[in-house]
Amino acid sequence: MIARSPHRTDTEVAFRTRGVTKVYQMGEVQVHALRGIDLELYKGEFVVLLGPSGSGKSTLLNILGGLDVPTSGTVNYEDHDLSTFREAVLTRYRREHVGFVFQFYNLIPSLTARENVALVTEIATNPMPPDEALALVNLSDRLDHFPAQLSGGEQQRVAIARAIAKRPDVLLCDEPTGALDISTGIVVLEALARVNRDLGTTTAVITHNVAIAGMADRVIRLSDGRIADIEINSSRQSPAELSW
Amino acid sequence: MRALHHKLWRDLWQLRGQSLAITAVLASGVACYLMFMSTLDSLLLSRDLYYSENRFAEIFVPIKRAPESVARRLRMIDGVDKVDTRVMAPLTIDIEGFREPVVGTVTSIPDHGEPLLNRLYLRAGRSIEQGHNDEIIISEAFAKAHAMNPGDRLGVIINGKRKQLRIVGTGGSPEFIHQLRPGGMFPDYERYGILWMGRTALANAYDMEGAFNYAVLTLTRDADEQGVIDRIDDILKPYGGIGAFAREYQPSHQFLAQELDQLENLSGLFPIIFLGVAAFLLHTVVTRLVSTQREQIAALKAFGYSNVSVSAHYLQLIMLIVLAGIVLGIAAGAWLGTLLSAIYVEYFRLPFLRFELHPLRIAQASVITIITGLLGTLAAVRAIARLKPAEAMRPVAPARYHTTLIEELGFQRLLSTPTRMILRNLGHKPVKSLMSILGIALAVGMLMTGRFQENTINYMMDVHYGLSQREDLAVGFSEATSRRALTELESLRGVDYGEPVRNVPARLRYQHREYRVYISAFEPGAIIKRLVDSDLNIVELPGDGIVLNDYLAREILHIESGQPLTVEILEGSMPIRQIPVTALIRQDLGVGAYMDLDALNRLIGDGDVISGAYLYIDEKYADEIYRHLKERPRVVGSVIRTQEIENFHRTMDESMLFWTFVATLFAVVIAVGVVYNSARITLTERSRELASLRVLGYTRGEISYILLGELALLTLVAMPPGLWFGRALCGYIASSIGNEMYRVPLVLEPATYAFAALVVLVASAVSALLVRRRLDALDLIEVLKTKD
Ligand SMILES: Nc1ncnc2c1ncn2[C@@H]1O[C@H](COP(=O)(O)OP(=O)(O)O)[C@@H](O)[C@H]1O
Ligand SMILES: [Mg+2]
Repeated sequence: MIARSPHRTDTEVAFRTRGVTKVYQMGEVQVHALRGIDLELYKGEFVVLLGPSGSGKSTLLNILGGLDVPTSGTVNYEDHDLSTFREAVLTRYRREHVGFVFQFYNLIPSLTARENVALVTEIATNPMPPDEALALVNLSDRLDHFPAQLSGGEQQRVAIARAIAKRPDVLLCDEPTGALDISTGIVVLEALARVNRDLGTTTAVITHNVAIAGMADRVIRLSDGRIADIEINSSRQSPAELSW
Repeated sequence: MRALHHKLWRDLWQLRGQSLAITAVLASGVACYLMFMSTLDSLLLSRDLYYSENRFAEIFVPIKRAPESVARRLRMIDGVDKVDTRVMAPLTIDIEGFREPVVGTVTSIPDHGEPLLNRLYLRAGRSIEQGHNDEIIISEAFAKAHAMNPGDRLGVIINGKRKQLRIVGTGGSPEFIHQLRPGGMFPDYERYGILWMGRTALANAYDMEGAFNYAVLTLTRDADEQGVIDRIDDILKPYGGIGAFAREYQPSHQFLAQELDQLENLSGLFPIIFLGVAAFLLHTVVTRLVSTQREQIAALKAFGYSNVSVSAHYLQLIMLIVLAGIVLGIAAGAWLGTLLSAIYVEYFRLPFLRFELHPLRIAQASVITIITGLLGTLAAVRAIARLKPAEAMRPVAPARYHTTLIEELGFQRLLSTPTRMILRNLGHKPVKSLMSILGIALAVGMLMTGRFQENTINYMMDVHYGLSQREDLAVGFSEATSRRALTELESLRGVDYGEPVRNVPARLRYQHREYRVYISAFEPGAIIKRLVDSDLNIVELPGDGIVLNDYLAREILHIESGQPLTVEILEGSMPIRQIPVTALIRQDLGVGAYMDLDALNRLIGDGDVISGAYLYIDEKYADEIYRHLKERPRVVGSVIRTQEIENFHRTMDESMLFWTFVATLFAVVIAVGVVYNSARITLTERSRELASLRVLGYTRGEISYILLGELALLTLVAMPPGLWFGRALCGYIASSIGNEMYRVPLVLEPATYAFAALVVLVASAVSALLVRRRLDALDLIEVLKTKD
């Protein structure tokens, strides 16, 4: 049990989206990835996004992370307008506020674990030392290993360390355990939970795995580009308690 | 297989930029080869055609004077086919409105009909007519230089007698393709004219009635050339024969042959560079293609496509690129070939050009290029064959990287993480990095060759005319003359100072080698004419003994300083002596032998005489001096130094410019080809990493640094070896084009290094920018969705 209030409606809003749609033009066909999303995410909360494949989870996360822009509607992070098309603005937003974790770890193979983290700390304003970030994910003994010398779970934890080292305000994870086995997945989720708890980072995690929903403050279900349902967990489970 | 076909075209379209770059490099190789070969073939063909149509003689026999009846005895010699006799005479030409002295050589042609050998071609007008003793034909080049046409009149002095002649035609003969005045270094069509005149008229003017002073002949099929020459010399000894010689020593022919040899020497060098670069580029591109498509390949194999059919698919792709290169190369080669041939035709003054791009050459180029293509793709095809379907379906494990040597030497802390990425990426594929560096270095080197000629020629001219041959005006007399002639010249208004010189023809022999030159004799302590050694120090003339230039000594006679040389003077009493070689001097132009004037005069024993003079003059009085010289019957030649330098530039500038242009063009193709390909491959290899960095918040500029920094580093690292290689390449060219007319010292001005470096840097920057544009369009989400 994590003794924190799941109810966050009283606290500050981090993200606010209004009428967000995303339409992909595929030749003759229009693909409606998002069909009008109105959503608030609160500071410090841990959100899990669930939904069938193709329901628009990644699209939404990418828009929240400033990797993509909506076709219509508005997206705000605090006072940043994320519906802008200005590349430089989005880059700055990513650089200053966001940490990403992906299914495929996207580490730089030519850099050691420490250097992969340093990549971010070198351009951040108030980073933690790379060693400290790696310690947070229990990788203090793998600092000078290259990705090729690390297991999948270790690589994903390096990716998390890299995402959190700049003390981001938000941490966005797209199926972080998708390529991992159960026990490794738990280690990775524990790292995420710990960062959320210790640093108060607003965290959104996409998953296929319904069990993971138990560790969230809120569970948002998407279906066909719409929010189907938002569920508030009265209590958060720790990853080890989850039943896969 | 239809589906594979679609894939072929799609892949090609995907790789269009790189394919185009490789095609360009291949095409450059083919074009370069065909340009040289078609020029060489066309020149040889045109020359040979000209020779045979105009019956160019094979043996040349200058003598003092022999009665016409002697010709019969020459005809009787075993191995002699045809004999033609004629009269040749030096003359001075007076051209209205042209202030400087003009000299020439007039050769007789039959009063009626064509000569048996060395026939003329007529460019304009007609041949001479019997009974019209004042009719002449002049060389086309001379006519052009002075805008003279048939119908114009020309005043000449032959044998001291003034004559008014009428030009009836212009043309040339294979004997005078290259027209060099005796003592001149380069053709000068304004101040040296070749003329033809009826035999009777010329014999009258030159006191040669019933006699001849030059015979030319051809040989039968299996004649013993040296045997014939020896027989001729025996027969003509009493008539002042100074030695018959074979066509290979005929000045015009010799010049052409040497130039063509050099062209041939160089023709192989550059195509090899191109093909090497192309093979490397193909290798990298195809290897990368196969590795990005390993899953597709595996799938194809799993569906039952054989190794052969999958490999054939990739080979087809390569062959399309190769074929495009060949086709483009043939077109470009033919075009450049016509340009270069035209330059050479002008340079050689060949009367016509039969341009030929022989199918055999095209076949050679194609085969070599196809082999290059095959070599370049061998490794990739082998990789396809080795790929097991099951293995290929699994993602590749992250590549193993290592810290680089530079970091381990303790510089790591100075390097930012992106910089470390650059270093490790380069170190990760050392062979590829080295090959890229090599390719860029080749481009740098090739660029240097474009400017090398100009540098070295400037230097040669500076040394030759600045240190050694410093006269304002060189005057030659028709025969050995008393020293009074010099005093008379010095007394002319405007002549500041004069030095005597005596040039005599001689045959030099050492062991079994011999060579004919003019021995040039002057006084020790001379300040106009000086000899310099290889360090450009002045070498003093020895009291007795002979000084040779290093090319004559080392390359022709194989004699060293201190050894005795057999000198056979071909003038006067024709003495033969052993004379020690006392020093070797450096001389980039010509082949020379030098003696003390008194020592030479003692040797010949015809008194204290000179054959010419070197003068310093005051430019203000030049016109007056030239007028004087024109009126002196014994003055047969005068060379103005500045004019000689100009002649040289006129001769060389066009070909230098052309080569600079071609070399620069080709080098840019190589530089862009290498850098662009390297950039594109790096981009595909790194796009995932770079996209990750963008996601992490790196700006476009910051990730460009990683990609372009890699290219910049490769380019910069390639500079020193490139400049070194350029020097070596120029050294090779210098060593392979030395001949009797000139040797090429290895001289490269700093500007040439800078030029080569700059052009490659710009070419790299442009290629980098082309790729940078793609970097800006990097699709972040797409890249992150896929695994490697
Ligand atoms: N770049 C794209 N181009 C076209 N269609 C896309 C693109 N990205 C996503 N889509 C489509 O948008 C819909 C939502 O995709 P996504 O957000 O990736 O779903 P999820 O992450 O929930 O599986 C899908 O139908 C998908 O095919
Ligand atoms: Mg998704």
